[in-house]
Amino acid sequence: MIAEKTGLGKADSKLVMSFMWVTFISLLIGGLMGLLQTLVRTGNYTLPFGIGYYQILTVHGVILGLVLTTFFIIGFQFSLMAKTVGMTHKQRQWAWVSFWVMLTGTIASAIMILLGKASVLYTFYAPLKAHPIFYFGLTFVVVGSWIACFVNFHQLYQWKKKHQGEHSPLLAFMVVINMLMWFICTLGVAATVLIQFIPWSLGLVGEINILVSRTLFWYFGHPLVYFWLLPAYMAWYAILPKIIGGKIFSDSLARLAFILFLIFSIPVGFHHQLLEPGIDPMWKYIQVVLTFAVIIPSLLTAFSMFATFEITGRQKGYTGLFGWFRHLPWKDVRFFAPFMGMVAFIPAGAGGIINASNQMNQVVHNTIWVTGHFHLTLATTVILTFFGITYWLVPVLTGRKIDKKINTLGMTQTIVWLVGMFFMSGSMHLAGLLGAPRRSAFSDYQGSAQAAEWIGYQYGQAIGGSILFIGILIMLYNFFYMTFKAPKGVEEFPIAEAPDGSEPTPLVLENWKLWIGITVVLIAFAYTIPFVDIIQNSPPGSPPFEWPIGNG
Amino acid sequence: MHMHKYEKIWMASGVGTLLVFLIVLGIGAFYQGTQPPSCMVTLDPQNVQAHEAFKEENLGLQQLGEKEYTLNVLATAFNYDFGKDEDGNNVKTIRIPAGSKVMFQATTEDVIHGFQLAGTNVNMMLEPGYISTLETTLDNPGTYTLICNEYCGTGHHLMTATVEVYEE
Repeated sequence: MIAEKTGLGKADSKLVMSFMWVTFISLLIGGLMGLLQTLVRTGNYTLPFGIGYYQILTVHGVILGLVLTTFFIIGFQFSLMAKTVGMTHKQRQWAWVSFWVMLTGTIASAIMILLGKASVLYTFYAPLKAHPIFYFGLTFVVVGSWIACFVNFHQLYQWKKKHQGEHSPLLAFMVVINMLMWFICTLGVAATVLIQFIPWSLGLVGEINILVSRTLFWYFGHPLVYFWLLPAYMAWYAILPKIIGGKIFSDSLARLAFILFLIFSIPVGFHHQLLEPGIDPMWKYIQVVLTFAVIIPSLLTAFSMFATFEITGRQKGYTGLFGWFRHLPWKDVRFFAPFMGMVAFIPAGAGGIINASNQMNQVVHNTIWVTGHFHLTLATTVILTFFGITYWLVPVLTGRKIDKKINTLGMTQTIVWLVGMFFMSGSMHLAGLLGAPRRSAFSDYQGSAQAAEWIGYQYGQAIGGSILFIGILIMLYNFFYMTFKAPKGVEEFPIAEAPDGSEPTPLVLENWKLWIGITVVLIAFAYTIPFVDIIQNSPPGSPPFEWPIGNG
Repeated sequence: MHMHKYEKIWMASGVGTLLVFLIVLGIGAFYQGTQPPSCMVTLDPQNVQAHEAFKEENLGLQQLGEKEYTLNVLATAFNYDFGKDEDGNNVKTIRIPAGSKVMFQATTEDVIHGFQLAGTNVNMMLEPGYISTLETTLDNPGTYTLICNEYCGTGHHLMTATVEVYEE
């Protein structure tokens, strides 16, 4: 009965809920580490039991950047696919395989980090060497996510076979784009881990090529952030319009934006390596130009969102220049949380433009400004949208209702989060401009007067971090309440429709061979020459270093 | 595919601004020569002394001419090596007259390090096997902290030195 109305059967719900459980447990662990980091950096707090700062920093990055995001995204995407194109028994079994493979990998890596054998942060930092099991564990996480990719591809393929000549449902199309991008970009990190890190960490080869490993990592490292962002865009484009009682602005433009993200997300990794030696500055600039191409689909998205809001408001009869804006459902957390995420994306995007702009990067590279930046993008825009999704998704999955209590709690959570992030990210940005470094434990830098200027901002970060941790505790209670306590009932799985009488979506938008072809050609253009260059001009490789992370 | 008139205006002005922006960056990089540090010289990370600039006696500040210097730095976890002074002690502070043109030239013997002179635009990555260089004019007198801003291990936050720019 519930299954009929919500469109998600019991078996699908159980699957997606498993991903949600890992998500929220990760939120607690990773969030606690974040809180401890901000406290250590005030200079007034020392970690107990001999735990190292860089150990908790590694936990924080791996658990929140890799585990929480990947589990939430894959779970959410399974729910979208099950809802729009269906999931067969066999596909579901493979989905479970992906879940267990990812979870096994996560636990293996987590144990190594907790034992202090892998304080290399999630960006690996060769020639620092972690325990081989750390690299194996992360390989499992990626392989598990690949299984999910192929389940999603197969789901859409089967649907298309049954619906010849029809357009795939918008959300299924978006999921497949995101998974395609993920598959293509994770090939880079898989290559460096399997070909370089694992043999080297096992002692099978003596040396590692540092710049090759970094280039392969960043080939993956930037699309990774779009892998986080696109599920939020899915919710903005195709779910929010339904929540505010409207329709999608334009099905074709939404698809076009996603295709542009697929094409322009990957050949851009050099903008993370602008200050590195050994890379021709010409190719750095070319990739900077490609990096900025993603501004185009971002502008499309911004227009579509506000057009949907205005059209919906006017259809409801709200007139005047801003009447439609005042009457948006501000008191509905399913709208309010993602909307505030969008607002945060304005300064976040502007900061991103600064970071990637060739020369200006030199002012902020590796300062805590960058940490402030991605706490606005990932930890505000993306995570508030994910929370906004949670407020309807979990009730749909558990067969419960969103009641007034959870809505109020959710609104409170969103505001607490925004206040906390204002202090934390704000102080990080300001301290970064003064030169304060990121990824660093507390230090007075031998009594440096400059470092003394940063302390006030480090207190600001600790205040913000503490408020954010309260936000995490509220969110965990919300998850717990929606899972076990909220009144039983049937909640809607909100999916917006295309407007009546809209032009049919051009078929070329679903020409997969064309778009994948362009993506591959652009990657080949941006990477082939500089990559061959890097390999041909390589210095001798580096032996493993364990003592700097406190081992061996 | 239909696009609303306002959307066309919005996209055209957005893309136009973007093009102007990228052209400005390009002119800065290729015409005015403000490229990000991209030195292509390599060496053996396990034998950096084989390179002239990183021989023990060449580390630290080298005067090339009137207000023209090279600063050779060898980074290791968790220290910046500026060589030794006349008494045989490790140099921890570099003093440079204001208005000097300085070529920072650095590499690492072990893991990856950062090289950032807080409060200036001197900021680059040091990677084993590569020399990193960056030239700048230090105009403003003051005491600047050199910090490692790239994770290099448990003592990463202790890796620091001082550069004093003094008025003559």
